[in-house]
Amino acid sequence: MTTVRIDHASRWFGNVVAVNDVTMDIGPGVTGLLGPNGAGKSTLINMMGGFLAPSTGTVTLDGEAIWRNESVYRRIGVVPEREAMYDFLTGREFVLANAELHGLGAGEAQRALATVEMEPAQDRKIATYSKGMRQRVKMASALVHEPDVLLLDEPFNGMDPRQRMQLMDLLRRMGGEGHTVLFSSHILEEVEQLASHIEVIVAGRHAASGDFRRIRRLMTDRPHRYLVRSSDDRALAAALIADPSTAGIEVDLQEGAEGALHVQAVDFGRFTALLPRVARDHSIRLLTVSPSDESLESVFSYLVAV
Amino acid sequence: MYDPTVARLTYRALLGRRRAAILLVLPALLLLIAAGVRAFNGADDQMAAGVLGGFAIATMVPLIGVIAGTGAIGPEIDDGSIVYLLAKPVKRPVIVVTKLVVAIAVTMAFSALPTFAAGYILNGNGQQIAVAYTVAALVASIAYAALFLLLGTVSRHAVVIGLVYALVWETLFGSLVPGARTLSVQQWSLALAERIGGEGMITSEVGLPLAVALLAGVTLLATGYAGRKLRTLTLAGEE
Repeated sequence: MTTVRIDHASRWFGNVVAVNDVTMDIGPGVTGLLGPNGAGKSTLINMMGGFLAPSTGTVTLDGEAIWRNESVYRRIGVVPEREAMYDFLTGREFVLANAELHGLGAGEAQRALATVEMEPAQDRKIATYSKGMRQRVKMASALVHEPDVLLLDEPFNGMDPRQRMQLMDLLRRMGGEGHTVLFSSHILEEVEQLASHIEVIVAGRHAASGDFRRIRRLMTDRPHRYLVRSSDDRALAAALIADPSTAGIEVDLQEGAEGALHVQAVDFGRFTALLPRVARDHSIRLLTVSPSDESLESVFSYLVAV
Repeated sequence: MYDPTVARLTYRALLGRRRAAILLVLPALLLLIAAGVRAFNGADDQMAAGVLGGFAIATMVPLIGVIAGTGAIGPEIDDGSIVYLLAKPVKRPVIVVTKLVVAIAVTMAFSALPTFAAGYILNGNGQQIAVAYTVAALVASIAYAALFLLLGTVSRHAVVIGLVYALVWETLFGSLVPGARTLSVQQWSLALAERIGGEGMITSEVGLPLAVALLAGVTLLATGYAGRKLRTLTLAGEE
């Protein structure tokens, strides 16, 4: 059982608070660190990886401080988000160098390259690799010593769907074998497909934690706002407001000649089924239906307020 | 205190095509000047000392020290690839000492060897001038590499600061302001050359014992501080 414990950790850069009093335990299995860009995910992963000291609080691996403690790297593997690598090396030379720095050899390097299916391109210079190939070689370099804990910062960036599936399978397998795997992402679907446990970070704060179904429910059950244009806005508004899935409707006469409705729905599933049915029953033609607050930031902001 | 893998990575980074070409420019220029002077003036001890002291030791050695010293670590810190060294159970001082050894070796190879060759071309090592300046280049390589490695660890503008030090302090102030000369790696290394070269051929502003103490002190302090700095090096994320 290997656990990374973040205990009331904060980190600020000058006046900017990147991570604000976060407490969480990352245990065996796959954990997704979810949050919009700039939320503090990388800062948190850098603290867990020992590359950044917490301004206050502690970050430990099974009770051992991570910051300024090189020995923890026998048990931690890190896949950074940054693209920079030793581009003048071939993939094989790079992974071998990483193995040697762990006191291992060519056998372990070859095994790691095989795990990420990079053997066919291993003798090409890293400078010639695609983003997905670089990501896989970074992965191999982190796996070479079979770490108990694997920290990955936005690992799916730049990967094509097949590579994404392969990496997800690999991480799932590692999680199943009892490794502690933490990856960050700003894409809910990625996290949902892979993580058994989710930690949500918004604006440096720990917004939610738990099983992905619970988080998903929190996200989908929040009030949704839609912009609706139709052949008869007032009739449609009257029919929609009669249903409890709709909390409020504003008739906007400024939105062009046809006008528009701003609808606030409180039951996402029910409303999306209701709207087309009501339109059909009243012979109203729907011209536009678009969510007006679907950005991830608004979803995450809602979670913070919950 | 030496890791062969860190050394290999550092050598490969330092001797990449572009940087190696830059490192070769100054030695090539020195050899060209030496050949020209010999062809037009014949073997002249004073002229030999002038070329080696004025160009090789005052300009070439510090500039090569800047390229090798800062280049051994600065680019990795700037682009973040140092993370692959730091995320390993390797002690930070081992990383710094290994990189220092590589920076010293490269500085020596690209400055002391050409200095020796140029000395031979200029006057066939008459008055031991070639050997004296070669020894000066060797010891200066150690101190410069340590100083500029530290600079590469603490500043993103290491190359600019290093160039200002090498060109303004060592070359300009070192020859114009007497006080500045005593605080100059160049003068400390010349104290050794003074002992080896013929009488009155080479002079230094600093006595030999003080020069040796300062060379050793600066090298050790710079290396120690770079190790400490690397231990607490923070890598900010992309955010």
